[in-house]
Formats: sequence, C-alpha cells, structure tokens
Amino acid sequence: MHEQLFKDMAQSIIDGDAELAEQLAKQAVELGIDPLEAINQGFVIGVNHVGSEFSCGNAFLPELVMAGEAMKIAVSTLEPEMARRGTERQVFGKVVIGTIEGDIHDIGKTLVATMLSASGFKVFDLGVDVSALKLVEKAREEKADIVAVSALLTTTMVRQRDVVEALDDMGLRPQVKVMVGGAPVTREWVSEIGADGYSEDAIGAVQIAKQLMGIS
Amino acid sequence: MAGKINSVTNPRLKLQLLSPQDIEKIHQATLDVIESVGVRFPSPKALDIWASHGASIDRETSIVKAPGSLVEAALKKAPPIYILAARDSSQDLPLDGNHVFVGTDGCGVEVLDIYSGERRRSRLQDIAEIARVGDFLEEVAFHWVAVSAQDRPPESRGLHELKAVWENSTKHVQTESIYNAREAEVAVEMAAAVAGGRQALRQRPVLSIMQCTAPPLGHDGGSLEAALVAAEAGLPVGFMTMSACLTTGPATLAGNLVVGNAEVISALALIQLAYPGAPVFYAAAQTASDLRSGAYTGGGPEDFLFGAAGNLLSDFYNVPLSMGSFATGAKQPDWQAGIENSLSTFMASIVMSDMLLGVGLLHGSRIWSYAQMLMDCEIFSLVVKIMEGIPVDEESLALDVIKAVGPGGNFLKQKHTLKHMRDLYLPNYMDRRPYNQWEEQKDGAADWALVKARQILETHQPSPLDPVLSAELSRMISTIEEK
Repeated sequence: MHEQLFKDMAQSIIDGDAELAEQLAKQAVELGIDPLEAINQGFVIGVNHVGSEFSCGNAFLPELVMAGEAMKIAVSTLEPEMARRGTERQVFGKVVIGTIEGDIHDIGKTLVATMLSASGFKVFDLGVDVSALKLVEKAREEKADIVAVSALLTTTMVRQRDVVEALDDMGLRPQVKVMVGGAPVTREWVSEIGADGYSEDAIGAVQIAKQLMGIS
Repeated sequence: MAGKINSVTNPRLKLQLLSPQDIEKIHQATLDVIESVGVRFPSPKALDIWASHGASIDRETSIVKAPGSLVEAALKKAPPIYILAARDSSQDLPLDGNHVFVGTDGCGVEVLDIYSGERRRSRLQDIAEIARVGDFLEEVAFHWVAVSAQDRPPESRGLHELKAVWENSTKHVQTESIYNAREAEVAVEMAAAVAGGRQALRQRPVLSIMQCTAPPLGHDGGSLEAALVAAEAGLPVGFMTMSACLTTGPATLAGNLVVGNAEVISALALIQLAYPGAPVFYAAAQTASDLRSGAYTGGGPEDFLFGAAGNLLSDFYNVPLSMGSFATGAKQPDWQAGIENSLSTFMASIVMSDMLLGVGLLHGSRIWSYAQMLMDCEIFSLVVKIMEGIPVDEESLALDVIKAVGPGGNFLKQKHTLKHMRDLYLPNYMDRRPYNQWEEQKDGAADWALVKARQILETHQPSPLDPVLSAELSRMISTIEEK
C-alpha cells in the first residue's frame, strides 16, 4: 500500500539523510501508518542494507554512523505515536553506557553507543566522567540488561572494577551484564574484574552485546 | 659510564612537503578556529589565565575563544632552542633544529616477556628493565615511560615510573603519564632533588613533561594543570595531538592538521601567557582512523605525511617538535612493523623533528617488545646513515684509486678502501648470510634482537642513583599515596 514510502524510508537511511528520515516518519504518522510497520518495513530495511554492505567491505564506518543517526531520529519521531497506540518497539536489550569517572575520552564510547542503537538496542548514554554509582543507578532505574563502561587511561581503567562491584552489591548481578572497553583493556583484565565482555572496536561491541543477550 | 648518543645531525637530505603559502593557510585557518569556534579548556585555572588576557571564556562549556593576535603574541615568547638535560651532562640533548633524537615509546599496557615470550600485564619492574636496556643503546637518547606500572596505585603510579627510570638510566626522562597537578607537583620536587635544587632544575631540566590533547579541539583539565605546574618550575612542556582523520578530525589531511594545530598552539599559548618564556614543545602523532573499524591505525601513508608536516608547523612557530614515529599497528615484529616504522621515522627525520617517539611498542603503542625495541633502533641507525647523504669531494671521488685499480681489478687491497670502509653501514639484524646457513637455523632479526636485549639486561650496569637520593624520592612519592 505504502510501498514507495517504505522504499524512500529505507533509502533515507542508506543515504544517511536524517532530515529526510524524520520527514518520512512524520508523513507516516499523518497517513496513519502503524509506526512499527514503518520501522520494520521501511527504516530497518535500510539499516540492514548498510550493515550487509559494510560486512562485505563496500561500505565504511562513516556510512554506518550516518545510517545509525538517521535511524535514531526516525525512531524518536515515531515514539510518541507508538506510546499513543500503546505499542513498543522490540529491542534486543537496554544498555547504559558511559566513560568512567576521571576520564573524558568519548570517541570510542560514543561510537559504540551509536552502533548499538543502530543495531536495535535501546541506549542510555550518560556521557563522560561518570561515576560507577551513577551508571549502576541508571541501570537499575531503566532495568538495563547491560552496563557498558569505557576508559582510555590505565589509571581510570581500574574503576571499571567498581562498576562490577557496585552491581554485585546491589544484587543486580549476574542479570545485568558488564561490557568494558578502551585502549588499555585486555581480555585478561576483563576476566580479572569479572566483567562479561569487551571489544577493541565498535562493530565487535555490537556482536558481544548480542551474544550477552543470547542472540546469535 | 656514559654511552654515546646517536642522532641525525647536519643532514644533507631535504623534502618539500608544504610551501610557505600552504603553512600560512593552515595557520590562518587554525587562528580562525581558535577565535570563532574555540577550544575547550576544562580547568578553572586555565580559564582564569585566558580571561585575564582578554580571551572570551564560557565557564559552562569551558570553551575559550581567543583572538589570533593574542595567540600569536604568546607563541612569540617561547624559546626556540633549549636543552633537555640528563643526569649525566654528557648526554644532554640540544633541541636546536640540528638534531633528531629518539626516545622509547609509551605508554604500553602489556609486555612480551623477555624470557618466556608470554604476553602479560606491565609492572614497575618492566619500566626499570626497559630503562636499563635504553640506557645502554646509543640510539635511545631519552626515555618516555615505556609501559604503565599497573602494580602501583593509580594516584602515585606516574611517580614510581619516574623513579624507576632515573634509577636505571642517566639519560633525560620525558614523562607522558602524569595527568594531574598534585602528581606533577611531586614530580617537580623529585626532579629538583635529582638536579640539585629548584634553581638547578631550571638550568638543567632532567625531566620534561608531555600531555595529550583531547581532540577534536579540547584538552583534559588535569593534563592542563599538570603542565602549568611543570612550566612554573621551568620544565619543558609539550602538548601532543593525536587527532585522526575520520573520527576526531576531518577526513582530509589539511583539515586534520588544522584541528591538531589548534589544540597544540592554543595550549602552548596558554603556557606562555602564564609563564612567558617557559620552554615548550609542539607534539603530534596524527593519523587516519581505519575506514572499517574507526580504530587507531599506527601507520599508513597519512601517518607518514603527518610525520613530516609536524616539523614544518613547529618550525613556523619556532618551537621544538616531538613527533610520533615508529609505534606500528602490527601485532608482532613483522613486515608491517618494518614498513611503518621505517617510513614514519624517515619522513619525520628528513624534516629534522627534534624528538621521535619511540622505539619498542607494538599494536598501536600497547604491547612492549624488546625485539622490536632493538630492531627500531636499527631502523633509526639506517635513517641516520641515509641522512648523511653523499658527500662529494676530492677524497670521496677517489679518482686516484680508480686510476690505480683500472679496468678489471678490485678495490679490496687499496689503502683508500681501508680508510673508508668503516663509513659503510653494517647492520646488526639484517640477514646477509648464505642461503644454506639460514636454512640450518631458520632464525632471523627478531631472534637476534631478543638475544642481544637479554645480554644487555644481564650485563649492563647503569651508573646508579645515590641510595640516599633514591630513599628521598620514595619518601616524596609516599606523601601522596592513600593510606
């Protein structure tokens, strides 16, 4: 019925055109299209296309990021209508993410947040210089599945342990998983602090998050 | 026992990478960015300094917008030439534009164990051992903190690291791992103890300090305040941008130079506003992020070009340069490591970058390898040789010998040959054996380099630090350790 509109939606994501994606989302609401249908038959098709182009080496990271940003805007435009209809988008899981206290490096963390959100996770990005307590409280409040915490310095990396311990103290483990990242993080560090996963890059982080949610 | 230091000097090679007009365009674009977009200085102290000199500051966002004239005038106060002093004054390093010196890389988090080859987390003892090997090698002119002392508390880690280097080497130390004012204050105190007092330290800075910027267009508050503490004491202070095309900088090389340049010169200007005439240096290790993962690459043609561009900019501002070369992205000492470390070091050397960082780390400055360290030194010695160029004079034209030997003879028996043969380069780690000898052993550069590193570690005795001084340094460190 709305085939052309759905096609345009997919294309707006492929082109990373956030403005157009937003406009098409509004149009869908005006036409009375079920937002979930707009997402699943329109926008998601575009995300999947960019994802597969990336996998076979035809698309690059900036294209993924732009598609992710366009997707985020499309979904947030549709959210009020979903709320009105009492429906909710199926997500893979909820992730609370931030760079640990004392550390202001955010590029890697932000990239991971974008990739997770583009891949179907609901992401709460608390920014940089975030205390373990703040991360954990947000996780409890949002009933998050994963807390993801980044650090670039060896002196701040040690505080990733605090996140695991704080979740332990609140009795939220092992339900809430912990992912850690940042240049000094190694597999050995992950097992030492009892975290659940790490990745050296954002694409890998999505795979790890999916694994932790039991999605292959 | 002071070792000789090998450096590039009196070069005969030149490279025309950017024209004076290109440099001027990059400079003007940079001033435009600093004035109209601003740079983030998240430190109340830094903001106060900018404000008192008439820059526009926003306390909410910590963004400073400074007029180009203010930045330019501040930079003019920086000294163009000074020395990095060593515990042993015969190893002092003149940053005079006529030397290229190499340091160890930093700051890694893992070490390939020198005996077992196993990869493990870095600790204080590694720093001591790497410093001892570096003290021996004539290509290593100064030390960075090569790896992180992860078995020491975070609040005093950077100080334990300094002490370990001083106890094992007489060469200059440049730390890149002190990120707050409190730790910097103790580091200054320690350096003053080594130099023989605050005034002596000012004359002979045995310590210099390098801070990373936070691209794009930002700084870390703790780093800024640590740098201000060091500058007040007269320690040379540098700011290094690692802005990377695609992620923290524009995809275009010139644009990425503008972003990095804005970070570095705004920080150097801040230091000059606070302490006019304080020794500062430009530092850069720019790169292009990987197109697929966005990861730090540690090599590639863009890196090599940035390596040469840095010194053109620092020359324009008339301050010394510390340039990231070596630091391969390779996982082991291999083909990629050889290419990346050779080309990056050659390109940074041909423009006479004052300091190069540095030897020994793999996987984008994360994993220490002694074999890589020694092979990197060999790469540098090759570059030193290449930079000597081809001197042409009566003696080197060798006309008399050519006439004496004539057609069909050989030059092996000539006195001229005996006199000059040692000018020819003799490698330590290149395989020039007959094929059958190689076939029996199937070993190579990395094996030989590792054997040599073990031998140095087992036999080299650096000139020790006075035990009384050592104890004094320990006491200073303990003052900031949480009980």
